[in-house]
Amino acid sequence: MPSITREEVAHLARLARIELSDDELDHLAPQLDQIIGLVAQVSDVAAEDIPPTSHALPLSNVMRKDENVPCLTPEQALSGAPAAEDQRFRVPRILSEEA
Amino acid sequence: MSDLTRKTAAELSELMASGETSSVEITQAHLDRITATDTAVHAFLHVDTDGALAQAADVDKRRAAGEKLGPLAGVPLALKDVLTQDGVPTTAGSRILEGWKPPYDSTVVKRLKAAGIVILGKTNMDEFAMGSSTENSAYGPTHNPWDLARIPGGSGGGSSAAISAYQAPLAIGTDTGGSIRQPAAFTGTVGVKPTYGGTSRYGLIALASSLDTPGPCARTTLDAALLHEVIAGHDPMDSTSIDQPVPPVVEAARRGDVNGLRIGVVKELGGEGYQPGVEARFHEAVELLTKLGAEVVEVSCPHFQYALPAYYLILPSEASSNLAKFDAMRFGLRVGDDGENDAEQVMRLTREAGFGAEVKRRIMLGTHALSSGYYDAYYGQAQKVRTLIARDFTRAYEQVDVLVSPATPTTAFAIGDRVNDPIAMYKNDLCTIPSNLAGNAAASFPVGLADEDGLPVGFHVMAPVMRDDLLYQVGAALESALADQWGGVLMSKAPELEVTR
Amino acid sequence: MTVVADVLPIDDALAQYDPVMGLEVHVELNTKSKMFCGCPTEFGAEPNTQTCPVCLGLPGALPVVNAVGVESAIKIGLALNCEIAEWCRFARKNYFYPDMPKNFQTSQYDEPIAFNGWTDVVVDGETYRIEIERAHMEEDTGKSLHVGGATGRIHGASHSLVDYNRAGIPLIEIVTKTIEVPGEKAAAVARALVSQLRDLLLSIGVSDVRMDQGSLRCDANVSLKPKGSTTLGTRTETKNVNSFRSVERAITYEITRQAAILSSGGKILQETRHWHEDTGITTSGREKSDADDYRYFPEPDLVPIAPSREWVESLRATLPEAPSLRRARLQTEWGFTDLEMRDVINGGAVEYIVRTVELGVDAAAAKKWWLGELARAANESGKDLGDLGVGPAEVAEVQKLVDEGALNDKLARQVFDGLVKGEGTPAEIMAARGLALVSDDSALIEAIDRAIAANPDVVEKVNSGKPAAAGALIGAVMKDMRGQADAAKVRELLNTKLGI
Repeated sequence: MPSITREEVAHLARLARIELSDDELDHLAPQLDQIIGLVAQVSDVAAEDIPPTSHALPLSNVMRKDENVPCLTPEQALSGAPAAEDQRFRVPRILSEEA
Repeated sequence: MSDLTRKTAAELSELMASGETSSVEITQAHLDRITATDTAVHAFLHVDTDGALAQAADVDKRRAAGEKLGPLAGVPLALKDVLTQDGVPTTAGSRILEGWKPPYDSTVVKRLKAAGIVILGKTNMDEFAMGSSTENSAYGPTHNPWDLARIPGGSGGGSSAAISAYQAPLAIGTDTGGSIRQPAAFTGTVGVKPTYGGTSRYGLIALASSLDTPGPCARTTLDAALLHEVIAGHDPMDSTSIDQPVPPVVEAARRGDVNGLRIGVVKELGGEGYQPGVEARFHEAVELLTKLGAEVVEVSCPHFQYALPAYYLILPSEASSNLAKFDAMRFGLRVGDDGENDAEQVMRLTREAGFGAEVKRRIMLGTHALSSGYYDAYYGQAQKVRTLIARDFTRAYEQVDVLVSPATPTTAFAIGDRVNDPIAMYKNDLCTIPSNLAGNAAASFPVGLADEDGLPVGFHVMAPVMRDDLLYQVGAALESALADQWGGVLMSKAPELEVTR
Repeated sequence: MTVVADVLPIDDALAQYDPVMGLEVHVELNTKSKMFCGCPTEFGAEPNTQTCPVCLGLPGALPVVNAVGVESAIKIGLALNCEIAEWCRFARKNYFYPDMPKNFQTSQYDEPIAFNGWTDVVVDGETYRIEIERAHMEEDTGKSLHVGGATGRIHGASHSLVDYNRAGIPLIEIVTKTIEVPGEKAAAVARALVSQLRDLLLSIGVSDVRMDQGSLRCDANVSLKPKGSTTLGTRTETKNVNSFRSVERAITYEITRQAAILSSGGKILQETRHWHEDTGITTSGREKSDADDYRYFPEPDLVPIAPSREWVESLRATLPEAPSLRRARLQTEWGFTDLEMRDVINGGAVEYIVRTVELGVDAAAAKKWWLGELARAANESGKDLGDLGVGPAEVAEVQKLVDEGALNDKLARQVFDGLVKGEGTPAEIMAARGLALVSDDSALIEAIDRAIAANPDVVEKVNSGKPAAAGALIGAVMKDMRGQADAAKVRELLNTKLGI
């Protein structure tokens, strides 16, 4: 019984916005299954009372003053854009409204 | 004058200070060396000939005008292509960023420029730093100058190959799970992962935000320390940057004294799966340190065995989110924008075409690990394991000053060997990953060649948070003692590369 | 938008079902710089002139938290009687959308900075306590312009143009717990809540709260349960509800729409719906398929925020008094009756009157303009009071002209009409429309003479001991002067003339 099915991999690809080909799905599903087998070893560790670490170092309250710093020029901002129009980023039509 | 490319950064600095040579001469010599050798090595993705020479000329002018310059002013450097440099192509080894020129400098680059360091160009790497061999670069693999049929390590294989091929005396790498230290080990060079937060991540194209650390690569311990001092220190642009003075790394590298230092050999990092030649050189180095006055004990870090699985949950999770911005909307590659496809389809098609296999694997794995229903079992549990690993370190540092292990279980393997076996590839980083998870400082120093293949072996040193100086103390002690044995640095044993025109 | 869903009349709907509501209110803060970078936040700037690598989400860029953003969040939390977290974090909310540069929103998830609060709202003299679940910090997205289809609509557009000036502007999301009030009051309570939040935010100074500029935006969750039942129904989330009136209308519409479906045996889909101001209906947005898996995790590029108790208390000390106490004080200061005060509150005019009075205007006069002329104009144009383009400064200016005798109330109304229509400053409108009181005595005396000559019968009445009849003559003079005379002045001159 694999820990992840081909259908689940296809679902993940949709979530991650990657248009995987059938070949890739065939290839990737067993590889991911194998890797999940490896990483699932973390559940062997008894850690109920252990606090999680999301930051390696215990810093807190790092904030900046509410001050303006120079922006990019619109030319710089748009310099890498695949397409631009009217000083805006031109993107393909958006079908669905924001989530 | 003898070959400028064989000099250390410290030596080049002295030659410029005494007026024997100029930065332009030095830079040109390295550019020539790149031209002559990079067809075979492929360390560079982009060589900024004009920019480098202009920077060099500027340093020479300032020196001539009597300006007081930093110790590395005018010395050339190779920059891993994961750090932004204003106006210079930056790809992170990915097709999805081909041709992208960032409109800003990373903090590391700002500091390099302020120190007068000449940036020769951008070095090859595994795509988005995901890999241990540089074979995952979208632009083809880098070859190990010790044996061109082998990988130079990864992800920063380009940077370590550049310095071991004498294309540059210094390089910048980034280390998320070993990407500075493992290539250093495989190329017989020095690679240091500073304390997390000791060097700024601003402008470093993120792989795993809580693990990524930029650091120095060099052929000698002192050179690495000099570069470390330039790039380290608090940066208000990086919220995770530590607001404390840089540890005295240069002083430690010059002192190189381990007398009375307590050294712990990590019991769990050795034995089965470790190449005999690697273990042999490692244990000799430990003996050498004992002879130099260090107190060596064995230390157990029982949770290190879970570092690899925890790492391969935390990294892909963070990466899946960090790499979401590569969506064809604001920069980089765009595929399938035919007027029919909507934005979402263009995102899918672009990410399919622009990302390589390993990147897709890890994005999918991370997406899975963060999904509702899996978070607690995977990401949440991995964060707890991370706590346990950090506690192992804390307990160990109560007994010893530094911990040591081999840097890698094996020496450099052949190109193509592990491409289709992700897990075998991941196991390269068994020894290096714990320090990323705990955020402490670590480094690899060359300690000889494995008997069975004649390839370099790296000696791994781990020091507590913000005690990066201890790494240099150990590295410098080993380096000078080994140089006495060998009659020179290990790099002098590297085979001559065939020079092409 | 061709298909309009069947609706049940609201009375019928409420006879069968009890509505359960929840509001999510997004407030744009008025900080100088964005939440995570130093770019300015000015509204209406040229596209993509207020961006940097951070808010554009360029590779390598990193966020740093704006201290005033955190401070404002704490103030809002305190004003809503929330507990302030001793330790909290940012989290990434992962989903793809072209106007969101990083394809994750830096937000807060299970560790909000403020939680467990409440606020009381008053509707028709009744007080309703609204429980606040949380207030958390997040960032705004860019703005898309949809090109090539019907004007500005997403459907049928050939492509979109994105401006990231707004991306990264600090937002506070305020989430209520479920609100259950008598069905007939539900929509009005929701409206009153939003209106009160606006007043509260203005009074603590953390936001400009310009609904017309999108700095206060509402999402309304609505579900129905059969009367007497305790089982919650399936809820919908209606987005894009961006005025007080719309809050009331959209909730009423959803109640009637859902009731129609349920009463005919149908099922409510859990979905996002969009409010259409023009047609007064909601339509189905996309179904929440992959969007409901946001894969939240702690933002690794930021460190935790642990507000010290000293900091929190020092911020509490800066807060103005609670709304209910304040309302009572204002009523006393202004000398309004209970009924007058209720009209002011229901009309959403409290803060405008406060600020107008601050500019030296008599409270009664301020109320007269805000609840009279301006409320009428707002009602006619379907706008909120704050979106008319007429503010306290303009009201004070017009009232000053009245006090100086340059305008009377009738002319002042015309000036307000000009202001609402954007015809310029009061002085410009007066000049353009020829609205100024004639203060020249000789012109008035001439008009009086004409009125006396034209109305011998009235003069006769006055002379025969009926001075009240002079009113007709004043009317004639005012008509002759086309209203541009001070009636008191006319009476004075006329009385002299007639010797009374």
